[in-house]
Amino acid sequence: MMKNGVAVADLGVVRGGVEVLRGLTFEVGPGEVTGLLGPSGCGKSTLMRAIVGVQRITRGSVTIFGEAAGARALRHRIGYVTQAPSVYDDLTVAENLTFFAAVLGGPRTRIDDCLALVDLGAQRDRVVGRLSGGQRSRVSLAVALLGEPELVVLDEPTVGLDPVLRRDLWETFHRLAEAGAAVFVSSHVMDEATRCDRLLLMREGRIIADSSPDELLEKTGAADVETAFLSLVEES
Amino acid sequence: MSLRITLAVAARVLTQLRRDHRTLAMLLVLPCLVIALLWWMFTDLPGRGFDALAPALLALIPFIVMFLVTSVTTLRERTSGTLERLLAMPLGKGDFLLGYALAFGLVAAAQSALAVTVATVFLDLSLEGPVWMLLVVAVLDAILGSALGLFVSAFARTEFQAVQFMPALVFPQILLCGLFVDRDLLPSFLDGVSRALPLTYAVDAMSSVADHAHPSIAADLLVIVAFTAAALVLGALTLRRQTD
Repeated sequence: MMKNGVAVADLGVVRGGVEVLRGLTFEVGPGEVTGLLGPSGCGKSTLMRAIVGVQRITRGSVTIFGEAAGARALRHRIGYVTQAPSVYDDLTVAENLTFFAAVLGGPRTRIDDCLALVDLGAQRDRVVGRLSGGQRSRVSLAVALLGEPELVVLDEPTVGLDPVLRRDLWETFHRLAEAGAAVFVSSHVMDEATRCDRLLLMREGRIIADSSPDELLEKTGAADVETAFLSLVEES
Repeated sequence: MSLRITLAVAARVLTQLRRDHRTLAMLLVLPCLVIALLWWMFTDLPGRGFDALAPALLALIPFIVMFLVTSVTTLRERTSGTLERLLAMPLGKGDFLLGYALAFGLVAAAQSALAVTVATVFLDLSLEGPVWMLLVVAVLDAILGSALGLFVSAFARTEFQAVQFMPALVFPQILLCGLFVDRDLLPSFLDGVSRALPLTYAVDAMSSVADHAHPSIAADLLVIVAFTAAALVLGALTLRRQTD
């Protein structure tokens, strides 16, 4: 079992009588950006929730840094960004970060660092509800980075962002990984796959491929990840 | 639990309120206007109708207002994902609950201080007991309302539903608390019911302060505090770190 990474074993989640996750097994080590790709509705968000420890699981196990997901000791060590930005719309950017920093107990200087990471320094005194959708999700991302987490779980963090910013954010994810964090990013945009060190392709609650982007293209003989995904689906 | 986090939650809730000028104005001004309206209704009548009803109203207002405000605010925390985010962080459920209680307790103190000032200074409410006791009852009442609002917000999926809990939970208490029919004159079953409802004790305490120079309200306050604690414990049970 990996002491410094994520280990998922035979994970199953049944919600409302529907099998959302159907026995997933994989490991994610530190220092890597792992992309979780698949069409919307395939169970990506549920898997991310299970890793963070907020999803009740039906069978199997999720182990983070040697502890069961959701354990008290892990709450300092995980940064989680949901698809819809979970921040207070009626507070300013800085007020949001100050509040969450107080909950985490980190130093206040970290607030400016995180604002710089997501390029929101100029918006720090604006009320979040008045920001654009992309800016709002960046506030949510900044909050997740406050605690200098060792595991970063990001559910579709780049939706609706302009290409320059998207590139910058992927660079940020890689910097976090280089600093030793395990970074887990989901996306339904297949062309983001090439930015990951490792890919997990998901469909209907199962993982249909687990490899590096290059290996995936080589194995399927496809020119891009979208085509590779299609050929894997047709194979099965 | 941590004092730092509790205070951070309270400060954050107060900042949110401060941003919302209209809500803040309504919280502070509306109770004064309602008290003034009650006074006006009785100005041409003989007897001391205003003196009899105003203390009960001073108990009801903070309870109702804080019930509504808290149930809607916490429902928003539940639906916006901020609660889930907080519960995935090192935040104790008690920090969250007490932070809210503290913030709304402070607002209730300001609200009641204004309403009591208007009633006693401008509207000549005759009060036998000390004014500060009225305030203590009002604040405890408000915290009780907050605690109940927090609890019921777990059973509402939309703000529409949350608001509907007000008539369901609060109206029976208003009807049975002795304001409309003296509790001694109620059918014995309803008298029994009224004894099981927290607002009865709040109105009772307020009336004692209005009627007695040295009111003994400790027992009433104890019941209110006990109900508040029970509602907070139930509220804590509805804050789940893991959901489906």
